Amino acid sequence: MSDHESTYVPKTGIEKWLDTRLPIVRFGADYLALPTPRNLNYWYTFGAILALCLVIQIATGIILAMHYVPNTEMAFASVERIMRDVNGGDLIRYTHANGASMFFIAVYLHMLRGLYYGSYKAPREMIWIVGCLIFFLMIATAFLGYVLPWGQMSYWGAEVITNLIGAIPVVGEPILIWLRGGPAIDNATLNRFFSLHYLLPFVIAGCVVLHLWALHTAGQNNPVGILIPKDRQAKDTVPFHPYYTVKDGFAIILFLILFAVFVFFMPNALGHADNYIPANPLVTPAHIVPEWYMLPFYAILRAIPDKFGGVMAMFGAIGVLFILPWLDTSKVRSMRYRPTMRTFFILFVIVGLILGWCGAQLPDAPVIGDFKTFILIDGDLNSYLWLTRFATAYYFAFFLIIMPLVGLRETPQTIPATISEPVLSGTEETKG
Amino acid sequence: MAESVVTENGEGGDATRRDFIHIAAGAAAVGAGAMLAWPLINSMNPAADTLALASIEFDMTKVQEGQQIVIKWQGKPVFVRYRTPRELQEATSTPLSALKDPQADADRVKDGHSQYLVVLGNCTHLGCIPTFGSGDFGGWFCPCHGSHYDTSGRIRKGPAPKNLVVPEYAYLSDTRIKIG
Repeated sequence: MSDHESTYVPKTGIEKWLDTRLPIVRFGADYLALPTPRNLNYWYTFGAILALCLVIQIATGIILAMHYVPNTEMAFASVERIMRDVNGGDLIRYTHANGASMFFIAVYLHMLRGLYYGSYKAPREMIWIVGCLIFFLMIATAFLGYVLPWGQMSYWGAEVITNLIGAIPVVGEPILIWLRGGPAIDNATLNRFFSLHYLLPFVIAGCVVLHLWALHTAGQNNPVGILIPKDRQAKDTVPFHPYYTVKDGFAIILFLILFAVFVFFMPNALGHADNYIPANPLVTPAHIVPEWYMLPFYAILRAIPDKFGGVMAMFGAIGVLFILPWLDTSKVRSMRYRPTMRTFFILFVIVGLILGWCGAQLPDAPVIGDFKTFILIDGDLNSYLWLTRFATAYYFAFFLIIMPLVGLRETPQTIPATISEPVLSGTEETKG
Repeated sequence: MAESVVTENGEGGDATRRDFIHIAAGAAAVGAGAMLAWPLINSMNPAADTLALASIEFDMTKVQEGQQIVIKWQGKPVFVRYRTPRELQEATSTPLSALKDPQADADRVKDGHSQYLVVLGNCTHLGCIPTFGSGDFGGWFCPCHGSHYDTSGRIRKGPAPKNLVVPEYAYLSDTRIKIG
């Protein structure tokens, strides 16, 4: 798909002049003419949605940075000033804050799409790995940004998360002090978090370029999961524009409607009320929870009774994604033709949601009703602690045990030879 | 390296003077890069004014028996607790074998001032501030992830790995301490 011939012909004088000096118009034209599998469904529109999310976050973020003051004495007040006094400031801030949530909704669906259709398998490993890197950078950026309003959740979230680094044996403590710029979270911390929060989105943008470069080198996957043979290129692909610009555009409209519902009608629904209380280093909120998109990883952190073990498990939960292309032993990409794996996949999605739910609960609270069962090792069996542990076990087992084993043992269904075959039900093709 | 040097096998197997120059130049560049990066990295360590706030003094007569006062030191809370005889008795009578991070109560206070416990108020798990007087052992309970501390600030139950940290401090007079 990437090796398609350039069909661009410069027409005007200035285009001809430019084409021999900086062929940027050719680059754009080739991009739009990119042959794309004709069977992409709506799960494939999240790439475009995510690109839009990044643009929205950077645009609103640059404006917010013009009004925000990264100082412990003034940060909270400057955010309130943005909300009350800056023209349209409340809208810009709500868009930025909810934009982060929308970004994560889209990225999770985008990743699950890749997981389901085997988009990480050869020859697309680098697309997936760069994608995982982007995801990790997104988490870091979102965390840094959440600290900036300097509310109670900001402060205590920063305290808890930076303390994770202190869990590393021997070097943890010096690194922790270096990272915070002092013995505790303070002005030095806030200043550097602001600096890094401004930097990382541009690093993400750079990684997005690599992500797309890898995508166009290896070629798009598709729901059938087969590579399109050379001689089928003309029949099984369509130019990216107008076919997928229109499809992506329609999906973007639907996505923006959801976005608008949050921004205009329930802007604080995904936030936490405690973050409207100025940071107080001497009072911990009764119940510290991260933003919803971090909850599954936070749950994994709490599931492990050992401090360093919990930190390792949490980073391991993201780290395991990077080696996913080598954990999956199946030759078949799309789970459409892997019924056994599909069941485990659906279970994985449910477990992910359970982990998210558990992350927001008190560990000792009972899951069902209000009764005690029996103490298993260090907690009641009917508690979120144990539900989280079972879910964590499945999370890791899915990648480390189920994926390698099912790939070797399952019997996949017959894979079609071309992507038009399932549509035409095996009959001789009569239409294009 | 050294593509221009062709030996018999065409691979440039022997180390040549040109290889040496390549490696030496590369190593010098890496070394120079590290030397330039170090001041940038080191600038993120605590600044002089931050370190200057290293110590404070506190008048112990402000704490009543059975009470705790929280003071801020280096941006962190410090618990100063005047323990009741019963709390003190609980702390001293606990066998070391019952502890996750074994340390005698006598090693956590100053001689002749054993009723006063001075500890950093950050849970050793992930840094939340434990609540005074609650939990299963009458010391503190951390609401974030459920660590229980006893009346000596020692970890008894929950995910925290260590006892509440006793900061460096000394009695300047009978009633005045200097922390840090």
